[in-house]
Amino acid sequence: MKHVDEYRDGELARDLARRIALEARAGHTYRFMEFCGGHTHAISRYGVEDLLPGNIRMIHGPGCPVCVLPMGRIDDAITLAERPQVTLCTYGDLMRVPGSNGSSLLKSKAAGADIRMVYSTLDAIAIASNEPERQVVFLAIGFETTTPPTAMAIRLAQKKRLTNFSVFCNHVLTPSAIQKILQASDPGAVEIDGLIGPAHVSTIIGTTPYQRFATEFHKPVVVAGFEPLDVVQAILMLLRQVNEGRAEIENQYIRAVSADGNRKALAEIADIFELRDSFEWRGLGEIPDSALRLREPYAQFDAERRFAIVTKPARDNPACECGAILRGVKRPRDCKLFGAACTPETPMGACMVSSEGSCAAYWAYGRFRDRETGLQRVGAR
Amino acid sequence: MNKYEPLGRKLDLRSGRVDLSHGSGGRAMARLIADVFHKAFDNEFLRAGNDQSVFGVAGGRMVMTTDGYVVSPLFFPGGDIGDLAVNGTINDIAMAGAKPLYMSASFIIEEGFPLADLARVAQSMGDASRAANVPIITGDTKVVERGKADGLFISTACVGVVPAGLYLSGDRARPGDVILLSGSIGDHGVAVMSKRENLSFEAQVLSDTAALHDLVAVMVEAAGASIRLMRDPTRGGLAATLNEIAHQSRVGVRIEEAAVPVRPRVAAACELLGLDPLFVANEGKLVAFVASEAAETLLAAMRAHPLGQDSARIGEVIEDEHCFVQMTTAFGGGRIVDWLSGEQLPRIC
Repeated sequence: MKHVDEYRDGELARDLARRIALEARAGHTYRFMEFCGGHTHAISRYGVEDLLPGNIRMIHGPGCPVCVLPMGRIDDAITLAERPQVTLCTYGDLMRVPGSNGSSLLKSKAAGADIRMVYSTLDAIAIASNEPERQVVFLAIGFETTTPPTAMAIRLAQKKRLTNFSVFCNHVLTPSAIQKILQASDPGAVEIDGLIGPAHVSTIIGTTPYQRFATEFHKPVVVAGFEPLDVVQAILMLLRQVNEGRAEIENQYIRAVSADGNRKALAEIADIFELRDSFEWRGLGEIPDSALRLREPYAQFDAERRFAIVTKPARDNPACECGAILRGVKRPRDCKLFGAACTPETPMGACMVSSEGSCAAYWAYGRFRDRETGLQRVGAR
Repeated sequence: MNKYEPLGRKLDLRSGRVDLSHGSGGRAMARLIADVFHKAFDNEFLRAGNDQSVFGVAGGRMVMTTDGYVVSPLFFPGGDIGDLAVNGTINDIAMAGAKPLYMSASFIIEEGFPLADLARVAQSMGDASRAANVPIITGDTKVVERGKADGLFISTACVGVVPAGLYLSGDRARPGDVILLSGSIGDHGVAVMSKRENLSFEAQVLSDTAALHDLVAVMVEAAGASIRLMRDPTRGGLAATLNEIAHQSRVGVRIEEAAVPVRPRVAAACELLGLDPLFVANEGKLVAFVASEAAETLLAAMRAHPLGQDSARIGEVIEDEHCFVQMTTAFGGGRIVDWLSGEQLPRIC
């Protein structure tokens, strides 16, 4: 598979790993956070940690939109879907996400709610066009990557004069969450030495929005692609910045990311959406200026206005350590629920909800490392 | 003068549709069975016209299995629900190392289903059963109201005989055993998904649906009792099969990602959909666990068979009380290959 296999080449990986091992200073611990679930997934799926020396620790960040959607918003979606006139369209990942009291969209669907899995916002538009008697609501979630398709759907609905289409908007912004993590001051908060910046998000927003993390917080950032070689190279670039005392924004993902991002997409987003004052992130709490809602001229496409949705706060299981795990304070296996009450089949907290969550990735790919006898560190030779 | 037709008017196999009368036990049902099923499956047992078929048995051990087929869409690149329903059930018999003998077929048809499609499916079943030399000797037809089924569901059962001295079972894997796979994975799942209405793309991947009993016979001939077990990695893919066996046998499994054959087109389609070929269904592949000393002989025998040309040694059985399936990735790291959680759905970012 050309154009993909090149980025998964084991020989090149071992070569980069040797350089990392050479340049990592003995006696110094490097703590790098990969913000995105896509990076977490690549690290786990390809066993990237086996290639790293013991003094480089990867902290898995909160960059999984399914994971950070608060339970109250899932409850809202379920309530919406259970209205008899509503057809709720959602990406498949959200179906099993637990709401309050063990509810989920999957269970509501089984009980008769009209919930349909779609692969694109255009599928939802097609349903609204073909079934004018239904109120079609698209459950929009995701970071900056999935915002342009939602914007495009709203634009299309406007052109087609659809009166039965609306969007339940839960789009959130990455830079605000990164800032929140860097500002964390809770006891035991982990000092992060550098960040692997988002891949797909950066194709939209560019690298400029991360500049303040270098200037204000003095943290090196390397924007990297989602392939395993991208990640390993980014780790080497971060390592060099730390060793040389630099804090800069570097772009490893030059094949897709520019400094300014996708201006057309950004203009469309700015036209249709505005900032919310504050939004709750599951595991991280309220974060100011971290989410989008529809602007007044597009109010007719806003499900929150159309159905007068008022989100009620819902509390996660108090034993859940997701917040601490997302900030790098704890690891999945430090949580009492991990692997016992909380598994991918019965997720309790944000990090286990989607395959890109740090607990789910650790459960699915890495839990053999908990044992005394296990796979040898195959790569680190 | 018109010829007298004891079963009433002929079926309109071009544009007619199944209606409730075709399941009512009357003349219309007799006509449907005669014109569609008996015609496609024709054999001496069906010609006897009884509600059951009688056959003789030899001594020794017999094996029996049953399976339901609800695939959507009914027709997909490389096959359809018909040959799938024959091959899939034969394969469950074959995985016991057995020789399949006879099959049954039961149809649940939704009112309004096109007769042309039904005849096409029946023909495909007839062809598959003749190719496998396993006749369909008894069956049943039910028609349900529109909306109570999705077009057509088929259930088949099969009986077979197990060669003397052969005891294949999922609990027989032992540390040191070698794991062989009969060819590339993911073909069936990707072929079916490429035709799903909301996911249309030209993957040009054909389903691998095939009856494996002939390959199995060659394998039993080559390695006999050194084979611990065989299993066909259908739903849940290779990952589910390896986890099932690890748990049944209370052992660990270690495989090499680079050794598992995946066609480039399948890999590309999986990449696009965010799927992992390890979890995608197969309908014409088998996994064999074999004592290490017989592994090379068995692999050579598999490769000499048309359905096993791309056979590969993918890993081995290790001691592990946690029963993990571990994989050394082509990238050089290690990971678990876990059971699938929920459905394997495309990622969203």
